[in-house]
Amino acid sequence: MSPPPTASALREQQAYVAAQAADARVNVELDTGDMTLNIGPQHPATHGTLRIACQLDGEQVISAEPLMGYMHRGYEKLCEVRTYPQCTTLINRIDWLGSFANEVPFILAAEQLMGVEAPPRAQWIRTILFELSRIANVSLFLGDMGVQVGALTPVFFAFRDRERVLNQIEEVTGGRFHPNFDRIGGLKDDIPRGWIAETHAVMAKMRGFCDEMEDLLMGNEIFQTRCRSVGVIPGDVALSYGLSGANLRASGVDWDLRRDANPGLAWDQVDWRVWTHPDGDSFARYWVRLQETREATKIVDQLLDGIPSGPIMAKVPRIIKVPAGEAYVSTENPLGEMGYYVVSKGGLGPFRVKIRTPSFSNISVVPWVMRGTYVPDIITILGSLYFILGDIDR
Amino acid sequence: MTGALGLAYWAETSIKLGVALIVIPTAALMLGYLFLLKMMAFMQSRLGPQDVGPYGTLQLIADAVKFLQKEDIHPAAADRRVFRAAPVVVLASSFLLFVVLPTGPDAVVENLDTGIFYAMAVSSLSVLGVLMAGWASANKYALLGGLRAAGQLIAYELPLILAVMGVVIQADSLNLQEIVRAQAEGEIFGFGLIGNPFILTQFIGFLIFMISAQAELTQTPFDMPVAETELVGGFHVEYTGFRFLLFFMAEVATAFAFSALATVMFLGGWWIPGFDFDAPVLNVLGPVVMLVKILVVAFIIFWIRFTYPRLREDQLQKFAWKVLIPLSLANIVVTGIFKVVL
Repeated sequence: MSPPPTASALREQQAYVAAQAADARVNVELDTGDMTLNIGPQHPATHGTLRIACQLDGEQVISAEPLMGYMHRGYEKLCEVRTYPQCTTLINRIDWLGSFANEVPFILAAEQLMGVEAPPRAQWIRTILFELSRIANVSLFLGDMGVQVGALTPVFFAFRDRERVLNQIEEVTGGRFHPNFDRIGGLKDDIPRGWIAETHAVMAKMRGFCDEMEDLLMGNEIFQTRCRSVGVIPGDVALSYGLSGANLRASGVDWDLRRDANPGLAWDQVDWRVWTHPDGDSFARYWVRLQETREATKIVDQLLDGIPSGPIMAKVPRIIKVPAGEAYVSTENPLGEMGYYVVSKGGLGPFRVKIRTPSFSNISVVPWVMRGTYVPDIITILGSLYFILGDIDR
Repeated sequence: MTGALGLAYWAETSIKLGVALIVIPTAALMLGYLFLLKMMAFMQSRLGPQDVGPYGTLQLIADAVKFLQKEDIHPAAADRRVFRAAPVVVLASSFLLFVVLPTGPDAVVENLDTGIFYAMAVSSLSVLGVLMAGWASANKYALLGGLRAAGQLIAYELPLILAVMGVVIQADSLNLQEIVRAQAEGEIFGFGLIGNPFILTQFIGFLIFMISAQAELTQTPFDMPVAETELVGGFHVEYTGFRFLLFFMAEVATAFAFSALATVMFLGGWWIPGFDFDAPVLNVLGPVVMLVKILVVAFIIFWIRFTYPRLREDQLQKFAWKVLIPLSLANIVVTGIFKVVL
């Protein structure tokens, strides 16, 4: 232990601390230049731990830089020390709101390497669960966008109605958030009895929810003044920054992996359309997602009526060994293009997995789009770009 | 020296003080419970308080106790004296508003001749407290919130006062009692049974008043100084425990006071149709009537708060200067013409 400070030393130290505090005050009070504002890592608008370092002039943004990595969990490395079936428990925690959709492209990549194809019934149920997780994911966005512009009510409606979809997912998979249900060669289980009729009812409810959001939030004049022509991303910029999903379609680019590069799921069996919006602003992104949620309920409805009979599992060995090779499969996930580049050397687990997540690329456009906007717009633009933190830092 | 009740000055003053100390926190608690907890829960399909007391009625008391228990934290770089004074200034401004609110022929703390002028003046004081809080917290979010509040002041205070002008012209007085009297003794095309509540003739004034009051109270859609999702609470982001409770109480009490002002100026105040204006029984019935009307107005204020998104600061300025202020000026002109012609 150090000896207790003498009275004079204590006085000196107190004077020093006081001077420091005074300096800090003077600096805070007299600095009329640019102000650096750290939004996050702890900030309600960042849905987790994203940090955005902004240079502000008054309330106007000079530059904004997203700094990520506060929640990096090392999933790519962790996949290398696990077997293929074990990997799915990890990767459905990447985009935690649409978790089943995360598993699908990885399983498809592994199936491609093994030369296995799941039976049609499994493909259809996969597609249904995929679209259900899309609805669960995006419906939360539809409410959360209200919170970003200051209306608290829609998000509670979103939580209320999303719960119905999660119940349906839970009835099949046993898990609300982390189903871990997809298997190489098929699915773990079949759907329970009575599920189809229940899901039809839930889909009708979700269409009602979409109408409600259109009335309550999207049609609101204040919402429109806050979102229209705010955060405009032209199509070519969106493409050059690697945006995908609804963010890209809201910039007028007609691009949807479900239609353009269907990796074998049942999307080509049903009648649906891809929505685009020419504006590229925050409002367009909201509009496109709203239409997509409606479209997803229609896809699910049609798929439910046409599930083929048959097995839900292809013939695969009990211990899965994937032959050496490389495969990249990407699907149109709720947030955008999610792809897995899987390298196998013939072992029980992957040699290397590269995960291409949509939010990581979507967030990269932030410095471009934030320049010259105001502080409140940072929040609406971030909200409308719609990222999940686990999807940025995987 | 004797007051209206015929008691000594000191006795009357202490009665008034006692009433004020009971009425204002009760009003804040009532609004907080009815609207912030129960109504918000119903509107947003959540449960709301259930457990503390019957129907969760004691939840606010529990919350207040919770706030009292919390640690009183000052940021290291804060200007401590200003930091401490700020919530008191804000609360004082809403307490001062209650001084002139009439609830009966004699049931008023102080019947000032320039009552409405005084009310407008003290209500703007709260912005001073907000600015102090934002400045002294040594926090960038708080600073942005405080500056937004100051910028907002100009945008809504002007339409607020101009909206009140219409009422003043029509009632010929700045005295709130006289405004009530003018409504009680007024006639609508010779039909004088319900008097002439100014909401009928001053409907545009009423709308402008309510919109501006929403901004004054920093309620959505004009809650930019607080802006929970952007500025995480704005000017009161650094306040904890009791000091935060003071801000909270001031917010709800001011909502109550502004509902009362709207009631007095536009909805006929405490007067009940069929009674004499000076009937002593109105000293008892008047407060009840006032309370009912206040709750209706406050319901509208909170209803809007839970429904609308938030505007941006520059959009509020645009709205105020391009819509509200011209509209209220036109309202004054039209009122003046009618006053001279009729």
